[in-house]
Amino acid sequence: MTWESWIVATVSRTLAYGTPLLLATLGEIYAERSGVLNLGVEGMMVVGALSAFAVAYTTGNPWLGVLVSAAVGGAFSLIHAFASVTLRANQVVSGLALTMLGLGLSGVLGRRWEGWPLLTPVKEVSVPVLGKIPVLGPALFEGQNLLVYVGMALAVVLWFVLYKTRIGITIRSVGEDPATADSLGVNVSRVRYLCVLVGGILAGVAGGYLSVAYRPSWTDGMTAGMGWIVIALTIFAFWNPLLGMVGAYFFAMLFHLSFRLQAWLAPELLKTMPYVFAIVVLVLVSKGTLQKRMGAPSALTIPYSRGED
Amino acid sequence: MRTEASLTTSVPDGVRAVVEMRGIVKRFPGVVANDGIDLTVSKGEIHCLLGENGAGKTTLMRILYGLYQPDEGAILLHGQAVRISSPKAALAHRIGMVHQHFHLVPTLSVEENIVLGLSEGTGPFLRVRRTRDRIERLAEEYGLPVDPVAKVWQLSVGQQQRVEILKALYRDADVLIMDEPTSVLTPQEVESLFGTLRTLVDDGLTVVFITHKLDEVMEISDRVTVLRKGRVVATVRTKATTKEELATMMVGREVVFRIEKTPPQRGEKVLEVRDLSADNDRGLPALRGVSFDLYAGEILGVAGVSGNGQHELSEVLTGLRKAHRGSAFLETRNLANASAREIADLGVAHVPTERIRMGTVPTMTIRENLILKSYRTAQFCRWIFLDEKEAHRNACGAMKEYEISAPSDGTIARNLSGGNIQRLVLARELCGSPKLVVAAHPTYGLDVGATEQIRQVLLDQRDRGAGILLISEDLDEILQLSDRILILFGGEVMGIVQSSEADLEEIGLMMAGSRRREVTV
Amino acid sequence: MSLPGWLTVERRPAPSAWVVFGISFAAIIAALVAAGIFFQAYGVSPFRAYGDILRGALGSELGLTETIRRMIPLLVIGIGLAVAFRALFWNIGADGQLLIGAVAASGIALFSGIPDPLLIPAMFLGGFLGGAAWGVVPAFLKARLGINDVITTLMLNYVAISIVEWLIHGPWKGPTMRGFAYTDKFPAAAVLPTIATTRIHWPTLLIGLVAAAIFFLLVQRTRLGFEIRVVGENPYAARFSGISRTKVTVLAMVISGGLAGIAGVGEVAGIHHMLLGPSHISLGYGYTAIIVAWLARRNPLAVIVTSFLFGVIMRGGDVIKVSLGLPFQLVNVFNGLILFFLIGSEILMRYRIRIGRREAA
Repeated sequence: MTWESWIVATVSRTLAYGTPLLLATLGEIYAERSGVLNLGVEGMMVVGALSAFAVAYTTGNPWLGVLVSAAVGGAFSLIHAFASVTLRANQVVSGLALTMLGLGLSGVLGRRWEGWPLLTPVKEVSVPVLGKIPVLGPALFEGQNLLVYVGMALAVVLWFVLYKTRIGITIRSVGEDPATADSLGVNVSRVRYLCVLVGGILAGVAGGYLSVAYRPSWTDGMTAGMGWIVIALTIFAFWNPLLGMVGAYFFAMLFHLSFRLQAWLAPELLKTMPYVFAIVVLVLVSKGTLQKRMGAPSALTIPYSRGED
Repeated sequence: MRTEASLTTSVPDGVRAVVEMRGIVKRFPGVVANDGIDLTVSKGEIHCLLGENGAGKTTLMRILYGLYQPDEGAILLHGQAVRISSPKAALAHRIGMVHQHFHLVPTLSVEENIVLGLSEGTGPFLRVRRTRDRIERLAEEYGLPVDPVAKVWQLSVGQQQRVEILKALYRDADVLIMDEPTSVLTPQEVESLFGTLRTLVDDGLTVVFITHKLDEVMEISDRVTVLRKGRVVATVRTKATTKEELATMMVGREVVFRIEKTPPQRGEKVLEVRDLSADNDRGLPALRGVSFDLYAGEILGVAGVSGNGQHELSEVLTGLRKAHRGSAFLETRNLANASAREIADLGVAHVPTERIRMGTVPTMTIRENLILKSYRTAQFCRWIFLDEKEAHRNACGAMKEYEISAPSDGTIARNLSGGNIQRLVLARELCGSPKLVVAAHPTYGLDVGATEQIRQVLLDQRDRGAGILLISEDLDEILQLSDRILILFGGEVMGIVQSSEADLEEIGLMMAGSRRREVTV
Repeated sequence: MSLPGWLTVERRPAPSAWVVFGISFAAIIAALVAAGIFFQAYGVSPFRAYGDILRGALGSELGLTETIRRMIPLLVIGIGLAVAFRALFWNIGADGQLLIGAVAASGIALFSGIPDPLLIPAMFLGGFLGGAAWGVVPAFLKARLGINDVITTLMLNYVAISIVEWLIHGPWKGPTMRGFAYTDKFPAAAVLPTIATTRIHWPTLLIGLVAAAIFFLLVQRTRLGFEIRVVGENPYAARFSGISRTKVTVLAMVISGGLAGIAGVGEVAGIHHMLLGPSHISLGYGYTAIIVAWLARRNPLAVIVTSFLFGVIMRGGDVIKVSLGLPFQLVNVFNGLILFFLIGSEILMRYRIRIGRREAA
């Protein structure tokens, strides 16, 4: 294999595998930025995967499947939002319960399709002109599906919204200091609901992507723990959508290359890296100015209520 | 009889009243914070609200800013009756407030904080150029230089305060309320702030300035309203009064009711504090070189408006805060920077301000709360086990001695009344005959019966030979219980007086930062 | 939330034991009803399903012993979690601690050369220490640097999984069959004895029962237990009375991680007799044990009861797989539903809903 074709293969596989990571991470970043920890990502992704497959299989339209996966992921996340924001219950437990429920429901309901391939997956596209650029062209612009580009665009858009618009200011203030935001008239509950919903929709789509584009089929538990990597990635990205994109592609590439890197590092140990890196990041931002600059939203996991109840 | 009619000045003719508050009453459980207050603020004036703790100044302004709703009374703005239901509504009525603890999000930038919560009709997007220009214009116009892009956590406290002011100005406030703004500023920053306020007023804004510092009142205000215990004492033109007059109005009492107490039997020196210095939670100096002695068998009352270092003093002496200079010798041991455990073991009792949050474990029983500090001692331990029987015996004894009223010693602390909780704290802290008792606001929020009993307990401890440092916002309590009174202002000792010779006017002046006695410790 | 005028929500002062028990019980019933509806929608009669579960779990000798077999790790881990939760340390990493304990035990069994009679005690000790070490790192990070305990314990789960995968595919690789990887079988002296022909590895069960009693006493009656409770129920008061949060958190996690490690020893030395794929060693025991500990209100003795309940559920999952063709994943549905209803019940315990006008404030 020439080095050019090697680059093409690597980049294109990176994009393919990195996209679901990216989509779900972007969603989780938004949820956490508003102060809600969502440990239900894995559950939302897997129900998204199942619903996308089921719809795509029965209707023959994969894009309809993606749409439905977004709706299902979103609906699931609303349960979490209700428990965390309205009932002010423990966010950790609520998220874990959703993951269990999601894995369980998808495992049971998906039984009839276990192992079946999807014959009508998302079609690959090629971008006309750009696809002809040497090396990078085929890598980036040929043979990918639309969702990959959607992911990249979303990363940029969501970054812009978070840092350069009023909406972003509102979201960030709710996650840092909800009392201040509340005193200035911001509806803290509504912002949190919306951000958790965004997280759920994107997690659902990420799952849908897996069953409808990446590996068009359905198997029980096909997300294989990707939701937990997403939690780690959110931290590794310092809660920044663009860094989230970098992180998602970085780890996707690492995983793709893991068998090549075998000489230096066993592939199984390579898989520990997102988690180890996340812990390292947490240690780095635990003190002083670095925490203020780049640390977790201060109100993360803390339910908000005005005054004492 | 609410006002001293001879001193009250009504609004000068021809000047419009911007804000009128009529008959404001606000009750909280156990206390009437505002008891029928009338306040009139004229357009274009700087109006000071002067008073000591519990006078009701902050409550009144919080009502004006929509954080509280009055139980009775009315608010008129520009002659129209209004209902201000929230800070957002207040801002819509062009009333802005700069609080003691700023309402700023530290990780956002200055301009982001200023714009938070506003929907200027430009849709979701931030018109960066226009916002920044407007902020810079306002900043220049009123002498409030800030860097719009800087993150708030990077700014000094004085700069953060400017952001708070700009926030109000950006929303077209024409009434600006400032709650004790100078407590966090350096003298230079104070001058700068006063300059800003004068500029604002020249431009037609109105400023209400809450303070307890007489110098500032005299320097900056046009008129001043003195509040005491929820009522207006008088409203006067600043130029027509003196510091002494204001001090008397602030603390004046008709009769000082003294408790029956035996003359102090002063014993050995128990505590020697020299040059103690410490910072508060924000990193600003809270104690600046405090020195005093405390003897066995006396009560030394620390008087002063809250926020002048009393809280930090009690924390340093009980091991909950680090001092960066100075010493506090309890006989031969230096308490400064010792651990809380060591200090407790040395025989120092601490009755904390927050009796529920810090002084008890609300979900545990009376019996368990009583051994919260002594559970390690041989009395309550057998090897690694706690001696339940001994704890029970101890609890029954304590409940009887301190009259803690509850079904049994197994009652959960959370279900006790405020008075019983404090009795519980006292019972625990005072067992074992401590040499030094640091009591912070011991009767705050309690009913009359509990208050009397607890004061008697403190007197009994004093008669037994303990040295008691009594910190209280209630000047009456300090006057009644203390043998000597130490006045703290701005983290410094303004003076130490014998309570039998206490001159109220002098104490009031010292509490307001205005006179310093040659301190012989 | 704005409510109609005839509905009042007020804070309940302190729920009595009856209220707590009653509402928790009601939550489980509600979850079972919800699951029943799910069965019905799937075309299976809920009565048949529950009948099968109960019969399969309790109605035969095989069923009962299998239920107990499932209960053992839940019991051991649950006790540890009860202690950790008391200190307000959210140990979500019990699965990882279990795996590390299993790794330690496997290493000792296969490679240590310790004389036979000492092998099993050494394995338990090693498993305890391994799990404890895995749990102590997050404890330090929280006590010293204030780092969120949920995240760190969670992340370490997946690190542990990868470590096990690496070992069975790499350095400790044994014979591979049908694509599954695992180590060599343990020597006979490293295999835990079981009761007769059942799969109940009684040493671990015994450790669990004894631990329940020991740690119940520890929390209620000893100095350390007192400190744990104070730190968990009011950290401010803990600081005020000079109790070291670091010491308490670390010790609580030594206990919790260590017990999870012991559960891991039990699984590899008692059931599988080798180190194998992580998903075969732990079927989410670490997560299910969270529900076990929570339902038991963090009382180690009550964990005996709740771990049995969830043992029944897991055994039930096995049974329905055969009798009704429903996948084992159903257990996750149960667990998720129960957890949700428990969350909801917490709200009911904190607040009371009254029908009637609120009196004038």
